[in-house]
Amino acid sequence: MLRIPCPYCGERDRTEFTYGGDASVQRPADTAHVSDKAWDNYLYFRDNPAGEHREYWQHNLGCRQWFTLVRNTVTNEVLKESAANPGSGP
Amino acid sequence: MKNYSIWSLFRNAFSGHRSWPQALPDVAPQEQYDAVIVGGGGHGLATAYYLAKNHGITHIAVLEKSWLGGGNVARNTTIVRSNYFHDARGRLTEQALKLWENLSRELNFNVMFSPRGILNLAHSTAQLDDYARLGNAMAVRGVDAELLTVGQIKALVPYLDTSPEARFPITGGLMQRRAGTARHDAVAWGYGRAAALRGVDIVQNCEVTSIVRQGGKVIAIDTTRGRIRTPKVGICVAGASSRMAELAEIRLPLENHLLQACVTEPVKPILNTIVTHGLFNFYISQTDKGELVMGGDIDGYNRYSTFGELPPLEAAIRACLSLFPSFSRLRLMRTWGGVVDMSMDGSPILSKTSLDGFYINAGWCYGGFKATPAVGQVLAQMMATDETPELAAPFVLDRFHSGHIIAEEGKGPKPWLYH
Ligand SMILES: Cc1cc2nc3c(=O)[nH]c(=O)nc-3n(C[C@H](O)[C@H](O)[C@H](O)COP(=O)(O)OP(=O)(O)OC[C@H]3O[C@@H](n4cnc5c(N)ncnc54)[C@H](O)[C@@H]3O)c2cc1C
Ligand SMILES: [Zn+2]
Repeated sequence: MLRIPCPYCGERDRTEFTYGGDASVQRPADTAHVSDKAWDNYLYFRDNPAGEHREYWQHNLGCRQWFTLVRNTVTNEVLKESAANPGSGP
Repeated sequence: MKNYSIWSLFRNAFSGHRSWPQALPDVAPQEQYDAVIVGGGGHGLATAYYLAKNHGITHIAVLEKSWLGGGNVARNTTIVRSNYFHDARGRLTEQALKLWENLSRELNFNVMFSPRGILNLAHSTAQLDDYARLGNAMAVRGVDAELLTVGQIKALVPYLDTSPEARFPITGGLMQRRAGTARHDAVAWGYGRAAALRGVDIVQNCEVTSIVRQGGKVIAIDTTRGRIRTPKVGICVAGASSRMAELAEIRLPLENHLLQACVTEPVKPILNTIVTHGLFNFYISQTDKGELVMGGDIDGYNRYSTFGELPPLEAAIRACLSLFPSFSRLRLMRTWGGVVDMSMDGSPILSKTSLDGFYINAGWCYGGFKATPAVGQVLAQMMATDETPELAAPFVLDRFHSGHIIAEEGKGPKPWLYH
């Protein structure tokens, strides 16, 4: 089973976590003046890489914190230690 | 290549079935085609067949990187239905269902379409109301839908635990009797053979590696077997859609996810309809050979490999046993997975693009098999006329900018939550 390193609790089974999707997409900073196109791109369009993918996870059966992780979508290898991501999620 | 007939069956029976000709000739790609379809799954082969049959465009090729039926077309759980709430999806899948009903005859190939019906179970009165609403939406469109009582369900599916003591007691269900299953790999072979009989080149072991453009138009493609000049390219590559569009510098609203299924040992006929759980995502049917085929949710995070994990299968089997406790004695024979391209609203993309001559058919999520014949017709029309056919209009790429998204389940831009 995929094992996920929670930055707070350590490595646990994937079944303790909830997936939050692509964490590489940047929410437009100035939401009052963002163009419709830029907003739609942020909401809907993805690189969908075969390889390294930066993504959100929540340790919902543990500390309940959201964090980001870089995982290889082909091999499932976790490439970078997960990073604490206080105050934000997907 | 000749059509199959009762006479060819007789003739070959008398010679011990040793002299059947090869079903599909092995061809090498030519240097130029009027149109090329990338991906030799059900969708690509059906598109080629209808381009030839409905539009008389026969100097075309289907390029498949591996072998026919190696992708999701033969990995799916074979369910064919048109019980959608949204008009757009309902109409496209109903068009397909009408074609399924006559497909074996049309293709001169037995695709074993079997209209055994699909039963969606309800576990509360609220859910039954919801099914009544879905059934009404279908009926308005002229599609068959029927609410069943627990008594009727019990008579129809005797092995189902319909008792009030069941883990999730059943309160009724929605039945679409014209829905059913089809022999999935025969669909690929049938369309492939029928297209080849009309002169289409079906080239296996030929991977498309780049899209050659000039002045906003497609002019050629590069493949592992050389360059092919063509003004029109349609992609039907399921899990490879994002990568293929990237070759044309187009970004798609897609994420790849892994969907698994499994099959038990064959047993005598015990289940004569497709049954789905009303609370969990779970579906089961019995094949003509006697195996029970079942599936559940996707693994739940972006994935580019067909190798899955046990927890989603475990969840599916738990759901199965809550409905059919006696199936716990069956042995599981095999599990497998397929990479599905999940779109951001759970609905497919059938669209022309900003690049002239580049057409996209993608984002079928869990459910593209059922649509195969209609996709073939519609995409063929789009490629032949360069116009957007009525049935495809709601599925254009532009909907993600215009706001006309088609979210049957309304879960927002979270593909891993769609079914
Ligand atoms: C486990 C599972 C269960 C499912 N159950 C159902 C169901 O019950 N009902 C239903 O309606 N749908 C179901 N589906 C979905 C359905 O199988 C797909 O939506 C549908 O088959 C996709 O269309 P296709 O058949 O053309 O794709 P595929 O058969 O995947 O065809 C795509 C082809 O493109 C080829 N290709 C990729 N890249 C290239 C390249 N660069 N060059 C050349 N060729 C390339 C691939 O090799 C592949 O053969 C299920 C899917 C899975 C995985
Ligand atoms: Zn934790």
